[in-house]
Amino acid sequence: MSSLTTNTSRPSRVARILNSNIVYSFRRNPVAVVSMVVFLIIAVASVLAPLIAPFDPYDPASIDIMNSEYPPVWVDGAEAGFVLGTDDQGRDLWSTILYGTRLSLIIGLCAVAVQAFLGITIGLLAGYIGGRLDSLLMRFADIQLSFSTLMVAIIFLAITQAMFGSDTFNQYAIYFLIAVIGIAEWPQYARTVRATVLAEKKKEYVDSARVLGFGPIRIMVRHILPNSLSPIFVISTVQVANAIISEASLSFLGLGMPPSQPSLGSLISSGFDYIFSGSWWITTIPGVVLVVLVLVINLLGDWMRDVLNPKLYKG
Amino acid sequence: MLAYLVKRLFQAIAVMFAISLVSFAIQDNLGDPLRELVGQSVSDEVRQQLRDELGLNDSFLQQYLRFVGNALQGDLGTSYFFKEPALDVILKKLPATLELVFGATVIIIGLSVPLGVYTAIKPNSVASRIIMGASIIGISVPVFLTAILMIFVFSVELRWLPSFGRGDIVPVWGYWSTNFATADGWTHIMLPSVALASIMLPLFVRLIRAEMMETLQSEYVKYAKAKGIHPGRIYFVHALKNTLLPVITVGGVQIGTMVAYTILTETVFQWPGMGFMFLEAVNRVDTPLIVAYLIVVGFIFVVTNTIVDLIYGLVNPTVNLARMGA
Repeated sequence: MSSLTTNTSRPSRVARILNSNIVYSFRRNPVAVVSMVVFLIIAVASVLAPLIAPFDPYDPASIDIMNSEYPPVWVDGAEAGFVLGTDDQGRDLWSTILYGTRLSLIIGLCAVAVQAFLGITIGLLAGYIGGRLDSLLMRFADIQLSFSTLMVAIIFLAITQAMFGSDTFNQYAIYFLIAVIGIAEWPQYARTVRATVLAEKKKEYVDSARVLGFGPIRIMVRHILPNSLSPIFVISTVQVANAIISEASLSFLGLGMPPSQPSLGSLISSGFDYIFSGSWWITTIPGVVLVVLVLVINLLGDWMRDVLNPKLYKG
Repeated sequence: MLAYLVKRLFQAIAVMFAISLVSFAIQDNLGDPLRELVGQSVSDEVRQQLRDELGLNDSFLQQYLRFVGNALQGDLGTSYFFKEPALDVILKKLPATLELVFGATVIIIGLSVPLGVYTAIKPNSVASRIIMGASIIGISVPVFLTAILMIFVFSVELRWLPSFGRGDIVPVWGYWSTNFATADGWTHIMLPSVALASIMLPLFVRLIRAEMMETLQSEYVKYAKAKGIHPGRIYFVHALKNTLLPVITVGGVQIGTMVAYTILTETVFQWPGMGFMFLEAVNRVDTPLIVAYLIVVGFIFVVTNTIVDLIYGLVNPTVNLARMGA
């Protein structure tokens, strides 16, 4: 892409982006604007977690078990130092949520990056080469899709955990999560990319590129792929939301991030045991953060689908 | 049609074969059956002898064929923890899961069709906007969180409904005891089935709405309107029939998701079904039970998926069978 962007065209490019349909419809859509703002606040806060958080939840020295289960400050019996209260181990909930959101976001984004890489590669190959390879790959995609991600992930992680023992598992949990969520969802991308490649392949610019003697890889990556980007953007947002939910569900089952390094899912899970004794905040507050995070991503995805998918204009 | 049937069955067998290979590989590598049998205090020579007798030193292929042969005869090994055939353990837990899935399915079908049709007919009404807004929130709340929040509200705060277990169940036939015979059973199954339904419901509402809106644009609906047919009849007889075809396919794809969600729901509500049992088996490294669960779930899943595909081929006269079989 960089060779396409010459220095002289840069100012006009920014102006073009600001005047584009997407930015116009974004400004006109209050739901999209609010979602974007909320998402950015959550994202920035979680990236800056080490600076914002008053405590370091990974540092055993800063945790005191005597501080456990303090309620948030607006409830009776609270301790002023802990804004959102503390969890069952005496960690400051606000700091732990910041670090947990960071983990959830990292896992979600990395898993989607893996999905996109696998899916786009396979989709390009299947669509461009076609024939036997195409039908074989798409058959695999059908089968893989019919086994839901969560089911594959639960079974895979459960068996990995039983095989390696939980100590080793916990150490590498983040990589296992990224790998399993990433690998299980490739067909989503592969199918979409293949469909657009099939449509693009027939167009004249591909023919002329071929006549100019460009190799298939160059045509696929430099010419067809940029024209298939809008459906990729649309699925990516929904996929990030799904990946975050999957990660939270797996961590809730004890098949994901360990309690010593909690993501939002493991925090909710550790709080669940205390909900019956009245400590509702350990579960509810991370739960609200998780739902808001996923909701704004889904709303952005909805908006993006309406803007980028001309097929839906009639609706 | 016959060629399609054969191809579909062939695919089902191929998937089942893959599942059996994976299951066997797990059984082969996870845990040591000898240690479960004799413990630590047996000499190496005796161990070796026992390994020979049990056939643990045979080649991979021989062991795999024996595994498949036993599985086909309904022998999936003996659970280390329950000390009884793994298949029996699962069959005892199966009815609880099926009743939960049944309860959720009734809720999903009973609500998604009217809600989906309504939001399609009146897309701009206030109620439709509320339903669609609620559906996107519904999609964004993970099933375990819905379950936990419902427990917090209805069990902990209001004390209306019980939070775990199946309550009073009445034996019906064989291993099957039902929740639907007593009031106590009904109160116990209420929260879990609503939780399980909560994640699928928004998906189906949105799907039925989208398909219905597309159908309402079609020529034959306009024609029916022009002919003066009662709107209720157009919506629910003519349009809905064609809307349900894609819904069946998506429903088929969701069966796998449903299995995963039963694991989550059963864990939160300690519902004594297959999903809860599977997680317990994993924690106890009860290899035969894990393997048996994979095979049973895989089997149910392949059978239902094949049936859904075949039904789809049967009810939709326009489906291109040659292409679908390719």
